[in-house]
Amino acid sequence: MTDTFRTVERSDTLTVETSEGAQELRQREFTANEELNREVGAVLRLDGRVLSSDSIDVERQDDETMIINMGPSHPSTHGVLRLMLELDGEVVLRTKSVIGYLHTGMEKTGEELSYVQGGTNVTRMDYLSPVNNEISYCLAVEKLLGIEVPERATWIRMMMGELNRISSHLVWMATNGMDLGSTSMMIYGLRERELVLAFFEKVAGLRLNLNYVRPGGVAADLPDGWHDDVQVICDTIEARTYEYDQLLTGQAIFRNRMEGVAPITAEEALALGVTGPLLRSTGVPWDLRRTMPYLAYDQVDFDVIVGTYGDNFDRYSIRLNEIRESVKIVRQCLDMMPRGDYRTQDSKVTPPPRARIDESMEALIHHFKLFTEGFHVPIGEVYSAIESPRGELGCYIVSDGGPKPYRIHVRAPSFVNLQAVPLLMRGGLMSDTITVISTVDPVMGEVDR
Amino acid sequence: MINFPAALGTVASAPGLNADISYFPTREQYVAVVQACRDEGFEMCVDLCGVDYLTHPGRELPEGVVGERFEVVVNLLSLSQRRRVRVRVQANADRPEVDSLFSLYPGTEAMEREAFDLYGVLFTGHPDLSRILMPEDWEGHPLRKDYGLGRVPVQFKQTPGPR
Repeated sequence: MTDTFRTVERSDTLTVETSEGAQELRQREFTANEELNREVGAVLRLDGRVLSSDSIDVERQDDETMIINMGPSHPSTHGVLRLMLELDGEVVLRTKSVIGYLHTGMEKTGEELSYVQGGTNVTRMDYLSPVNNEISYCLAVEKLLGIEVPERATWIRMMMGELNRISSHLVWMATNGMDLGSTSMMIYGLRERELVLAFFEKVAGLRLNLNYVRPGGVAADLPDGWHDDVQVICDTIEARTYEYDQLLTGQAIFRNRMEGVAPITAEEALALGVTGPLLRSTGVPWDLRRTMPYLAYDQVDFDVIVGTYGDNFDRYSIRLNEIRESVKIVRQCLDMMPRGDYRTQDSKVTPPPRARIDESMEALIHHFKLFTEGFHVPIGEVYSAIESPRGELGCYIVSDGGPKPYRIHVRAPSFVNLQAVPLLMRGGLMSDTITVISTVDPVMGEVDR
Repeated sequence: MINFPAALGTVASAPGLNADISYFPTREQYVAVVQACRDEGFEMCVDLCGVDYLTHPGRELPEGVVGERFEVVVNLLSLSQRRRVRVRVQANADRPEVDSLFSLYPGTEAMEREAFDLYGVLFTGHPDLSRILMPEDWEGHPLRKDYGLGRVPVQFKQTPGPR
């Protein structure tokens, strides 16, 4: 008797301890129609029409289904993403993603850091494409300051950004292969990424969170011999993409698990605000590099890869081909890299060279002011967006005229793209959840910020 | 410029730095203005975030707009016309409450939850206004300007620590 009692008590406390409160996926009978509709992914039915229980095409009762919890520490959730799944046998009915496990208040931290230091903060958000974060941030700061960066800095940024896109997509190829059971792809993808990271280390001194792009230019000029290094990276990775083709694209098991799985239409993607490869897979040719060019993307030649069906396989082929397009852009950067300065000579923004500090009082003052107080940015607010490997990466900065941003908000593509997960999962099999998370490609550091 | 229906009255606007226009509707006009923008071809709501202007009250606002403590900033994108527009709506300090855009753009669901979580802005008509980034039982809204910073006391390396 006492044993039973203890077990009940124990399970009661366990329920309390593990409950997520209102973030939990509630049973059908306790869920409002509107919320239920959202969770089954009925995106377009919300369009001005009245919701009723009839419009929810689920006749199942609560006792026929099972709500289970996947994550937060699950190897295929790419970080700490938790999914609540309602299952009917093997079929997924409702999905709710619970996020916030990696929330470290980076936007709050950003308000406490000066504009000079801000780069170290934003670079840690999307840890797979740090350079793109820095570019988005620096473009916003430079817009507020009203300064022009030298041409060479723009091209260096573009080249580094594209190399970063390659490395980010390679990690995606690797983990996607891993999720589908192709462990060799995991090794190959990370092996090729190492080439890019080694080059980053040569350029910026760090492999991952570079803080290389700074307001006013970049931190350092490209090192001697960079031309040959980048040439080798381009040649190797381009050749290897054809090996991935052989390994995955034509493979029957891979195609069966990717083709026709988890489709999304263009209308649904637009309504959900989804961007990046996920949007392009539906056939919408929207790539900010082409449609709203920033940096020098209007001067290079590349193709915007679009899909047709919006399924997993489209998203896979878009990313694979985007690696090739990025290699194409990097090659053009090699040929067209202009000479000149790699940062603006505005001494209010750019620190003086080390040698000048010893001989010039003014340089010493500038150096001291820049690294203690930072530079002041005129009052205003700006939103700048770039195309990161995951979609539109925006940076909204409000300045109150001080040396720190009054408000810095990062529009993280993964955060928004994650909303498409319930829609993509709906009606699919339990085992497809893994491919869906994989092809949506959320980076949890960016989702939670 | 966007042609708003005459019933809305005048909507204050100001040019932005990136060749995008900001509109400053009142709380009553807010949803109708966004609806008009959507009808004008702004297919996507890319971003929605809150701002707390507690310690920066002297911001630039067009004539006729009274700045309040909170502001909800919505960035809309038109894929067909390749341009952006920003809608900034003021929210009261005591009870920040604006209408939800969920019925116009379902993609604002997570963003509005984030603004609620971090600023305490209430969105009327949102299907599930719960915390998204912070733990469920968290008190306060951390991105508000009067919310203190958390600090971890760090000891100097030289100090002999407890063994």
